[in-house]
Amino acid sequence: MLIAAPAHAAPTRVVSMNLCTDQLAMMLAAPDQLISVSDLASDPRMSPMYRTARDFAANHGRAEEIYLMRPDLVVAGQFASGPTVAMLRRLGIRVEVMAPAESIADIRDQIGQMGALLGRETAAADLLTRFDARLSRLRDQTDRGRVALYYANGITSGRDTLAGTILAEAGFHNIAGDYGITTTTALPMELLVMADPDRLITGAKWPGQSRSEAVLDHPALAQVAPRSDVTDRDWVCGTPRVLDAIEALK
Amino acid sequence: MRPLFPLLIALVAMLFMASLLIGPAGIGALTGLKALILGGEGPLPIVMREIRLPRAILGLAVGSGLGLTGAALQGYLRNPLAEPGLIGVSGMAALGAVIAIQTGLALTAALMLPWAALTGAAVGVGLLMLLAGPRGGSVTLILAGVAISALAGAGTALVLNLSPNPYAANEIVFWLMGSLADRSMVHVMLALPLMVVGAVLIARSARALDALTLGEAAAAALGVSPGRLRIWLVTGVALIVGPATAVAGAVGFVGLVVPHVLRPLVGARPSVLLPASALGGAVLLLAADIAVRLILPERDLKLGVLTAIVGAPLFLHLIWKTRSGGRV
Repeated sequence: MLIAAPAHAAPTRVVSMNLCTDQLAMMLAAPDQLISVSDLASDPRMSPMYRTARDFAANHGRAEEIYLMRPDLVVAGQFASGPTVAMLRRLGIRVEVMAPAESIADIRDQIGQMGALLGRETAAADLLTRFDARLSRLRDQTDRGRVALYYANGITSGRDTLAGTILAEAGFHNIAGDYGITTTTALPMELLVMADPDRLITGAKWPGQSRSEAVLDHPALAQVAPRSDVTDRDWVCGTPRVLDAIEALK
Repeated sequence: MRPLFPLLIALVAMLFMASLLIGPAGIGALTGLKALILGGEGPLPIVMREIRLPRAILGLAVGSGLGLTGAALQGYLRNPLAEPGLIGVSGMAALGAVIAIQTGLALTAALMLPWAALTGAAVGVGLLMLLAGPRGGSVTLILAGVAISALAGAGTALVLNLSPNPYAANEIVFWLMGSLADRSMVHVMLALPLMVVGAVLIARSARALDALTLGEAAAAALGVSPGRLRIWLVTGVALIVGPATAVAGAVGFVGLVVPHVLRPLVGARPSVLLPASALGGAVLLLAADIAVRLILPERDLKLGVLTAIVGAPLFLHLIWKTRSGGRV
């Protein structure tokens, strides 16, 4: 190479291989800069941007297919397969790994990070301004009561998780906190009932049947909290889309 | 022998109460019972009536059903190794239940689930009796049981792996090991009535099983029709093991351990051993279900793990005795 590329040169062929980085990349990338997103990004059950995602080639997180796309930047999630990431790096491809965002601060950080990775700092600053403005409109200091999060297999989420953040921002008191739960962990149904929540938010059901999800149909849950909502695709990733989840709860 | 029955009944009552009173919410005994019986406002009656009561009732029903069917099968096959879990009857019931759930059949009518499990159990026990009837030896019985269990286990795993639901494949362990966690009154209503009918059928074959201990010729001379006895037992076992497995999964070894422990105390007469084993099965399962709540309260340790830890060494011991030619 005769002329060293400047350090800040924006990548021109970006592949994202994680549902959450997919969405940030689609929000921030310049036209034609992003060439592929993960196959999950076009699944309407998990991805709020499934329509946009259909315009991009889908990858399945495999080193071979990604290498053949000749990317100059690959963005992966923290839970991407280690050997895949190592293989891509051995092949000389730049791979950046992003952790899942679990709080408002994380989301803001990641917008900035993605902007820097793509060389789209202005777009990122714009997105951040809009995000902050909408968030402050949504924060209204109303106490909306006690809520319990309950997923398949009797799992709940505490305040240090994305779901916990969404609840807190929407003005709810998460009963997981009553039992010292801050992460995502099992909560015996008895304890949930004893906490006497006003509202129950359950995980979305998958096609087919399972005993794990049947827990959510337990009559005790219907008795303790007649009103229940379901988490949807806006709850999956720490992106500006969580504002839709917060708004929907109000 | 006589004081045994009051003792067993007292034990069952005690463990049933303990099952109602032990749980993560740490509700006081008096407050809990008051909420259970009198109801009232707030979450307490919901916990007692909708979460703990069904669990205790199912522990009692499933345990006594497994003890009873174990004793009945052992009496009919005249073989101490016969047990619904070991010989694949529970496994076939689980397969029936899984097929009903995954094909959506269980959604069409609530009773489809226990009926499908019951059909599976009937196929299992019918197949077994064909392969290893009263005249088949222990080896035939165990080999037939191994084959049926393996087939049922593979079928269950296959159906769950084919499911579009991401959780389904993880539930193989529930169907193989059994659990009573988070069962509701809906499950009690699905299982209990059918199980009671099965218990009545088996109780009514007790006299014929008594006669059978004298040998088939003697039993025939006493007016026992072998064909009818077989149909009653197949139906009775299927009516108990099928619904029990549909709501609690396949819990093994209860029907093996309980009759074995009680036989020296009550004698080998089926008409006495059957009710004693029903009570003993309830004791064992209620105790195991309390233990899983105390050992790993938040992990849903499977019941079959505990019953297998108790039962498998006993099973090996029984095989050893059979092998050395001694009578069990």
